[in-house]
This record gives sequence, C-alpha cells and structure tokens, in this order.
Amino acid sequence: MEEILARARKVAEQAEVYMSTAEQTRVQFETNRLKHMQTKQSTHVTLRIIKDGKIGYASSEGAADPLALVRMAVETAQFGQEAKFDFPSAGSYPEVATFDRRVEAVPIEEMARLGEEMIDAVTGHTPGILCESEIAKAVVTTSLINSRGGQASHKTTVFSMGLDGNLIRGTDMLFVWEGESDCHPIMQSKTISSAVIKQLELAKTIALVPSRPLPVIFTPSGVASTLLPPLMSAFNGKMVLEGASPVAKRVGERIFDASFSLWDDATLSYRPSSRPCDDEGVTSQRTALVEQGRVAHFLYDLQTAGLANTRSTGNGIRRNGLPAPSAAALVIATGKLSYDNMVKDMKEGVIVEHLLGAGQGNVLGGDFSGNVLLGYKVENGKVVGRIKNAIISGNVYQLLKQVNGIGSESRWVGSMVNCPHLYCPSVSIAAKG
Amino acid sequence: MSQIDDVGHELTGLLKYFDADYIEAHLEERQVSRIVYRGKKLESAGRETAIGGNVRALVNGGWGFVSFNSFDKMLDKIEMAVGQARFTGKEESKLAEVPPRVDRVRRRVARNAIKIPLAEKKVTLDEYNEVIWSTPKIQTSIIGYGDSHKRTIYVNSAGSYLDQERLDVTLRLAAIASANGDVQQVSLSLGSTGDFGAIEGLHSKVKEAAENAVRMLSAPQVKGGEYTVVLDPVLAGVFTHEAFGHLSESDFVYENDRMRELMVLGKQFGGPELNIVDGAAVSGLRGSFKYDDEGVPATKTYLIREGKLVGRLHSRETAAKMGEAPTGNARSIDYSYPPIVRMTNTYIEPRNVSFGDMIADIEEGVYARNWYGGMTSMEQFTFSAGEAYMIRNGKIVEQVRPVMLSGNVFTTLMNIDAIGNDLDMNQGGGCGKGGQSPLPVSNGSPHIRIRHCLVGGK
Repeated sequence: MEEILARARKVAEQAEVYMSTAEQTRVQFETNRLKHMQTKQSTHVTLRIIKDGKIGYASSEGAADPLALVRMAVETAQFGQEAKFDFPSAGSYPEVATFDRRVEAVPIEEMARLGEEMIDAVTGHTPGILCESEIAKAVVTTSLINSRGGQASHKTTVFSMGLDGNLIRGTDMLFVWEGESDCHPIMQSKTISSAVIKQLELAKTIALVPSRPLPVIFTPSGVASTLLPPLMSAFNGKMVLEGASPVAKRVGERIFDASFSLWDDATLSYRPSSRPCDDEGVTSQRTALVEQGRVAHFLYDLQTAGLANTRSTGNGIRRNGLPAPSAAALVIATGKLSYDNMVKDMKEGVIVEHLLGAGQGNVLGGDFSGNVLLGYKVENGKVVGRIKNAIISGNVYQLLKQVNGIGSESRWVGSMVNCPHLYCPSVSIAAKG
Repeated sequence: MSQIDDVGHELTGLLKYFDADYIEAHLEERQVSRIVYRGKKLESAGRETAIGGNVRALVNGGWGFVSFNSFDKMLDKIEMAVGQARFTGKEESKLAEVPPRVDRVRRRVARNAIKIPLAEKKVTLDEYNEVIWSTPKIQTSIIGYGDSHKRTIYVNSAGSYLDQERLDVTLRLAAIASANGDVQQVSLSLGSTGDFGAIEGLHSKVKEAAENAVRMLSAPQVKGGEYTVVLDPVLAGVFTHEAFGHLSESDFVYENDRMRELMVLGKQFGGPELNIVDGAAVSGLRGSFKYDDEGVPATKTYLIREGKLVGRLHSRETAAKMGEAPTGNARSIDYSYPPIVRMTNTYIEPRNVSFGDMIADIEEGVYARNWYGGMTSMEQFTFSAGEAYMIRNGKIVEQVRPVMLSGNVFTTLMNIDAIGNDLDMNQGGGCGKGGQSPLPVSNGSPHIRIRHCLVGGK
C-alpha cells in the first residue's frame, strides 16, 4: 500500500489507498442435506487521487501493479469531478468492537451441525418441506492510508445463518425464510427454526383477501423490504443535493407520525456493519434522520458534503468504485404497542412479512408496490390464514404520516436494519378475485 | 502470455491425479471502465482490474469450491477444494458426460468499446446528458456506463482447455423529473457484447424518456385490479424471463418431486401459438457465448413449443440427475462464484398479429412499455413497467403512472391470447440469482396481449 501511495504522491496533490482482504467459509445445504462447501480468499485495493483538483480512481482485485494503478487513476482524473474535500489527516477513532476471534475457530463440523439441526426441526414440523440453508463465517480486514497522514485499520468477524423452506402442494408454493447475522459466533439454531415454524403455522390455510384498502401490520421483515428502501434513497445526501429527494426541503418539518424516529448508527457493538470510521477515514457516528416525526439530518460522504456545504457524517461506503453515502445500520425506535395487541386490534386486516418486487417502482418518490409473498389475513383479532395473489401498493410518505402504532419490540433484519412492527391504518390491496 | 496462461498450462494434465470424481478450475483476468454522471456533470470515471481463479471439485455428490486472488500454492488450493467436497459428499456423483474440448475463442467487434479512448466515450455521454437537461422540468439525471473485457481459462480433469474472451457494454440512463414534492423517473437500459455502436445514436430515445418523466408527474395512477394488458417487446421480454425463464432453470426442479410433476415434459402451458426459446448459441446478443462455464457448448433450447413444455435449462449435474442432455446454461458471474443454472438469451418467437389488431377489441385495458424491474418467486412473478397508458375502446388514450404487474406463472401463460409479429430484444438486462448479479442476459418478444393480469395501483 505504501508503494502505491508513494508513487501516487509524485503525480497528484492528494492520494488515498484503501485495501480490503477477506476470508470466508460457507457450508451450504440443498434439498435438506449438505451439498456444498466454499472458501473465498479475496484482496481488493483502490487508489483514489486528486490531481489538478479533480478526482480519479483505479482499483484492483488481486495483485495490484502500482504503476498501472497510478496510470489508470491519472487517466480517469482528467475527466473526474472537481474535489470539494481534503482527505482526513491523522485522527483518533472511537473503539468500536467488531472482532470476535472465536468466529474463525468455529469448526466446519459445528457449522454443518447447526444446519442439520435447523433442517431437522423444520422438516420435523412439516414433512415434505424442502430446505436450503447456509452457515457462513468470515473475517474482513480493511485499512487505509492517505497523503495527509491519515490512516485507519480494523477487523470485523461475521457469522451468519439462514434457512429457506419451500413447500409445494398442487400448484401452490409457500416460501418461508429467516436469517441472522452477528459479529459473534451464533451458537444455536433455535431462533431461526422457531421463526420459520411460526411462519409455517400461520400459513397452514389459505385465506381470501378483498381488493380494497385495509389496515396492515408490517413485520420487521416487511418494514425492511417495503418501507425502508424509499427512505434510504430520500435521506441519501446525494439525492438531497440533486433535488431528487422528497424530504430535501423539509428539514425540521414534522412529515411523519410523531412516534416515528429513524437513525443510522455505525458505532453499535458487534454488528457486522459497524466500524470506527467509514471507507474514507471519517469517524463513525450516530446520525438522526427522523426525530419524533421531524426530518432531521441526511447521510453524507466527503465529496457530497463538500458540494452541499456541510460535513461528512462518516457514511462514505465503497461498493463499486468511489465511496458514496450509504447507511451503516438503520434503526427505527420502538413504540408502545405489542404485536399481539396490534393483531387483536384488527377487525379486518393483513400482516405483511415478505413482499416480492417492492423496490422496483418509483422508489425516489416513495412509492412501493409488491406481490405479498408471505402475508396473513386477520379477522376479528385473529390470524385466519395466508393470503395469495395480492399486490399491496402505497407511498411511504402517505403511510407514515399517521400510524396506528409502533411495535414495542424490535429485531435485526439482515445485518443492516433494526426495526419493530409497524401498524398502518390503510394500505391499498389488489387481489385476484 | 499472462499469469493465467502460465497457471492454466500448469494445471493441464494435473487435475486428473487428485482423488475426486471431477475437478475443474477457472482462471480469469478482467479490465473494466466505468463512467457515472449525476446531475449536469460527470461524477466519476474509474478503471478496475481483476485477476483471480477458483477450483471446484466433486466427490460423492458433494461440491467443494475455493476461490482466490493469488495463484500461490495451487496444489494446496486444489486439495482444499477436494477435501471440502469429500466433507459434504455422501451419495453418488452424477455429472453429464461432455467430450473434452480444447479451444480458443476471441471476439471480433465492429466498434470495440475497450479500444475507444475515455475522452471519446465522454463525448457521447455528454450529448445524452445534454439531451436530458435540455428538457424543461427535469430535476436531475443519472447515467451509468460500463464496459468490460474478460478472458477466462477453463481446465478440467477430463482434459478440456478453453481460453475464451468476453466483452460487455452496459448503459443505463435515468431522467428524473420533480414537482411539488413528487419525483418521477424514466430509465433506459441497453447493452451489447462489446460493440460501442449499440449505444450510439440514442438521442431521440433519450429525449422521449426525459419528456415522459415530466409527463408522468401529472399522470394519474391506474386503479388496481385485473386488466387485459398489452406489453411491448421490451417489457414482454422481461415478463418471459421472470414468469417462465426462472422456472425453466432446472436447479429448482431437479430434486423437487412436486416441481417435477408441475414441470413435466409435454404439459400444456400456453396456447398453440406460443414458442419460448433460450440459448447462448443465438449469436450476437448480450447473453451469447461459445462455451458455458462448465465447458459445455452453447445451444438453442426450445422451452415451450406450440404451448407445450419441451425443454429446460441445465447444468451438467441437473442434466445427469434428470436424464436429459446438457444445454450449456451453467454460468458464473466471475471467478469468485461457482457456476449455477442461468438464462442466456430468452425470447418468445414472433407470430402474425399486428399491434393494431391486438388493441382493436380491448374495451378497457393497459398498454405497458419499457421495463423497470422484475422478480419471481417461481409461482408468483412481478415486473414493473417504465411507462403505461390506458387502452379504451381499441385506442391508446391517457398516460398513467408506471405500473407493477403480477401474476401466477402457471395461469398467466395460458392467458396470452395474441402474439405479435415484431420481435425485439432487450439487451440491457442484468439478472440476479444466488448473489450473482448483474449477469448479462438478453430477453425479448414481440408485442403480446395477456388477459386477467393483476395490476397494482390505487
């Protein structure tokens, strides 16, 4: 890394070298039995330069030839955007715990045993169900150095488990699934298998649903897949800068229900997406996006913040190429209404667990529309069965203006979202009659 | 001669000495250019390179897979893959026999994107951005361009050695209009196997897209429910991919008795006019290649002929387990993933109904064009249109906001009651499956009419 930086400094005013190495092992089950095992070893290096005031970059998977990297970065800098920031100089970062050395030591036999245990529990409950499962462990090390003396490095361990079940009866297909991910090793499989079994229980019979607006309870999975994508786009500093965010001009305004609060936090202990600083070396922090219904702050990386005349919030994350504003871990505040009481409150309504295709409509405008892949009908306070062939549609800004209640318990969905149930008074439903 | 050639030659003749039922290795080197515009200016230009490989082993029906960026200690890596396969395998290995091939495949392209300097590409993209921005009421634009050159070497324990070059170009343009807190977006997605010419001369299409985004701000939402829907070739292609293509991927069927019953050859899925094809042997398209990533030659496979199920898409393992011939559909997006069953170029063959005749007897329906996305759960599928219009009494009338369409796979194909004469291919697609996204594919169709389609709306 030092060699790349040294060469880059000869031709550019500022330079930054970012490197990520990972080793991951996965054990995979297919059709209820052990089928694959995979190991991935990867190395990725990115050089970013500011030359003649403009940003260029080049990256390499695998052995990086320093001369070639510098040459490519110089070539692209001719066309790049004018830089509105300086790389951060040396600083101190908070302690953010993301490494548990027990993860690397988990033997593959134990990973296989966890998978077998989950599959036995689910097939024991529902013979005929076909399960896929994956148990994975990984260690990821990221480091960066820049020409202003900045440097940062941290290591993260990730242990993840998931189970997908598919039950076919006639032409009816039921898909159930659940997953978990943590920086600590996950030593038990009951959380996942009991969640899947609960889905199977509720889905035992098929219930009809009418084509008209109904109250809807979004489970944490439902919230994460349906309501969050439009919000993630809206609070992205780039979208705000470009005027493509419906909340850009509404800072301080209460446009959501007063009980709705949302924030991003990259400092939570032992969460896979936590880190002491972002991919540009800017210190991680907790950033409030919505506070008691009021639009509060947006997420920024260095360049976007520079263009917007504000400070980076430490949300510069790299996917393909340059860093861009991205949430680390989104958390929705819990409320006062238990899930059971939400269900009891429904005279007629729907619970949405998984939606197919929700992120494909006008996400920028807040619209969502998806086929309810797993959802249940509620009548007179009780779940009466699973619904099928139904599309729910709506707009997240209209929906969250006034909610019936927010769940009193929350949980992690995937590695990046922590949320409770959300009970909304009215969502449009179109069903095949 | 590059490092992958050295390693490739080192592995030749070596793999058969390991104690496994089958071993293959993939070595890859890749160069990518990306250009992104956001707003009035070019936001970023970047170059990426990659070099890496994998070893994949089969022992007693279980698979081991090791991928890496360094070619040190190759023998250890092969042993690791074999050891992993041995750990997982507890049954008989079944893999379709394919005669070993030694071949070298190179692309010839009229206007090779890789050879065009960045400055020249920028001229074209600047022009498109200018077209979008010259449209009144446009709020912002996003343009994403990418081209890649990939050379892969495939070696296996049966003696195959395939050196293949692949080129790819992708362009996605979005025009975003905004008024009164509402935001609408229209996107165009295009691609090719290396020819920059495929994305030149698009100025009028880009203009149309930008004007559409603005019009959508004042378009009403359709009332949700069941409608007769006419799909344009691009959207019908996405429909075919989501509604039927994924169901044809045998890895979902081969060990699932219920699915095998539902997908029995000879079963009637649609009317006698319906023919659906998938194949990388259909040349010149985004999903075309000579050999798949298991060394199997590409084919053109009829999935549906005269409405009946006559074929499906295979990897060597699914083919063996179903007693059918391999079709050359095992693909991996890059060296860090194992190959799985994927589509290539998928389309409905044209028939002879004209577009005018197709809409003539529709009292109330929806005409949906262009695509925004699509997904399937095998039984249910969804796809979203970029543009939609109401059809009333045989005429295309008012524009409505983009719609999401959904249906049941097993009933919707039966509900196609008119197939047009104007086949066109959508080459801008990237398919996602098993974490491997976006894989270059193409899909297409003529205009088609579907009865009883569920449309999401107000």
